[in-house]
Amino acid sequence: MSENKEIKFSEDALALVSRIINRYPEGRQKSALLPVLHIAQAEFDGWLSPAVMDYVASLLNIQSIEVYEVASFYSMFNLKPVGKCVVEVCRTGPCWLMGAEDIVKYMEKKLGVKEGGTSADGMFTLKTVECLASCGTAPMMQIGETYHENLTLQKIDDILDGCRNNVTEPIAHWRKNKIKA
Amino acid sequence: MGRKLLTEHINVPGIRNLDTYRKHGGYETLKKALGMKPEDIVEEVKKSGLRGRGGAGFPTGMKWGFLAKPEGVPRYLVCNADESEPGTFKDRYMMEFLPHLLIEGMAIGSFALGCRTSYIYIRGELMYVFHILQEAIDEAYAAGLLGKNILGTGFDFDLNVHCGGGAYICGEETALIESLEGKRGNPRIKPPFPAIKGVWGCPTVVNNVESIMAVVPIIRDGGDEYAKIGIGKSTGTKLISACGHLKKPGVYEIDLGLPVEEFIYSDEYCGGIRNDKKLKAVVAGGSSVPILPAELILKTAAGEPRLMSYESLSDGGFASGTMLGSGGFIAMDEDTSIVKNLYTFTRFYHHESCGQCSPCREGTGWMEKLLHKILDGHGTLQDVDLLWEIQSKIEGKTICPLGDAAAWPVASAIRHFKSEFEEYVRNPQNIQKDRHYYRVNNINPELV
Ligand SMILES: Cc1cc2nc3c(=O)[nH]c(=O)nc-3n(C[C@H](O)[C@H](O)[C@H](O)COP(=O)(O)O)c2cc1C
Ligand code: SF4
Ligand code: FES
Repeated sequence: MSENKEIKFSEDALALVSRIINRYPEGRQKSALLPVLHIAQAEFDGWLSPAVMDYVASLLNIQSIEVYEVASFYSMFNLKPVGKCVVEVCRTGPCWLMGAEDIVKYMEKKLGVKEGGTSADGMFTLKTVECLASCGTAPMMQIGETYHENLTLQKIDDILDGCRNNVTEPIAHWRKNKIKA
Repeated sequence: MGRKLLTEHINVPGIRNLDTYRKHGGYETLKKALGMKPEDIVEEVKKSGLRGRGGAGFPTGMKWGFLAKPEGVPRYLVCNADESEPGTFKDRYMMEFLPHLLIEGMAIGSFALGCRTSYIYIRGELMYVFHILQEAIDEAYAAGLLGKNILGTGFDFDLNVHCGGGAYICGEETALIESLEGKRGNPRIKPPFPAIKGVWGCPTVVNNVESIMAVVPIIRDGGDEYAKIGIGKSTGTKLISACGHLKKPGVYEIDLGLPVEEFIYSDEYCGGIRNDKKLKAVVAGGSSVPILPAELILKTAAGEPRLMSYESLSDGGFASGTMLGSGGFIAMDEDTSIVKNLYTFTRFYHHESCGQCSPCREGTGWMEKLLHKILDGHGTLQDVDLLWEIQSKIEGKTICPLGDAAAWPVASAIRHFKSEFEEYVRNPQNIQKDRHYYRVNNINPELV
């Protein structure tokens, strides 16, 4: 995100946030924090800068520290810039039994990064994650909201090529096309 | 053939949509329930013998009976759709294909408990399912099945879906409540129990997705009818998520009491072990429950066939038994390294510990490091003893059961596979050669 870009949600996102706040009792708007942080990642390049978190705090009328302490607790929130596609490979037992270690190694080689790193072209960030409730179709990985299951090395090549050819702006778990007024 | 109380229509094209769901009897049970007295609904659930499907197996009807009902204070039903226990993927499957079954169950349960607003807490990674649920909820509102004066009965009820942010611990019910309040998922000290003081300090019932869905057939057919299925105190059907080295992994609805051997080897269920290898071990109820070697999962220590039921799986205590847990059934073939599999579990618990209790926060980290050292070929026999020591100092000494859940896999692996740990220590050079898991390009193409 460029330094001088104004930090403000789109009109659609603001309307969605106020609908979400209405799902909780009066005065309990803090409950909307996790959904709103997901929306913030969708609106601001897939990660949460301190300035974005301050903005979220102001939207929910809570202290900034209440946002920081939550954002740092949950694994889905990125507190550093990420590539356009964050590739999350599951590494837990059931996926490991089916070859997740091969998948991670293959991706590291293919993307030229170590786990946690972002490829030189800024396209991919490689993350390993814990069980995503997809153990019966292991090995698997997630990009954005999409589960890619029963992975083979060929499938990975196709998926990554698909990303390179089609993804032009960062994708978050809560996809932009799901932010509707 | 087991009965399909929950999954009967799951393969009907379009069953995710309201019209199709209604064509197959959907929301008829809600209509019936709204004509009953709330306390009679609770009574039917008690009669059914339904036990919580989230892992602990606590009787659902009894839990509902405990809910405090102070005047003028709202109370809440919260559905636990956090599903993060490794090996478990049934709730995801059910919500993805049958979102309206969950909505119908939530409406019936909320009516029975006197809740006017309820929440489904779904793990954030399942964002696509979150949107499926939201769309189904919108459909139900538009059809007058949620909102004001449902089906003209005067019952007003709002249902909301809430997403998490990626944290296994938020499946623990008090952590889930904290998370629903927009906080870090730190479990609360009990008492007070959620039934007295839950979300926003109000009486709350937290139930697993499958428990809530099961209420629909229970009210439709009656609790007695439901209780006829199963064996002893394990009544009804159960969804099993089967994974690992099985020919046909997937979600299966079984009658409780099915022999484990039939579940693993019959063509109706998992179809046996991949590549016709031998079965080495099974983790029968999600990563937290004790691992058992093949001989003990197929037969109890007394030589009886082991059944898929709460009682039979725990027969023999932890010395020779395990638990049904969440129904996450992980099978491992003869080539599997138990130590390496355990390492991935321990790393998981270390990663997911919320950090409030020292035995859990520090103990999981030490266990992960020791296992790493052993796998790396630098372990000693004392390290194996130390592992045992550490796990024994976590169990029962923490705020929430995650500590126990981290200790049990370590204890059971050492109990049943100690020689394998020793082999890593004595002959590390032999172990390193063998990778002990499926190489991705060797996966049987038929199964991909
Ligand atoms: C660490 C931990 C994780 C848990 N994860 C889940 C979960 O993902 N889903 C679930 O339904 N219950 C989970 N539970 C159990 C819940 O605390 C609670 O017992 C359950 O939701 C109650 O619902 P039930 O009675 O319908 O099973 C977990 C418990 C612990 C200690
Ligand atoms: S046992 Fe672990 S996860 Fe549970 S409260 Fe304590 S530190 Fe947190
Ligand atoms: S272990 Fe990878 S999805 Fe469960």
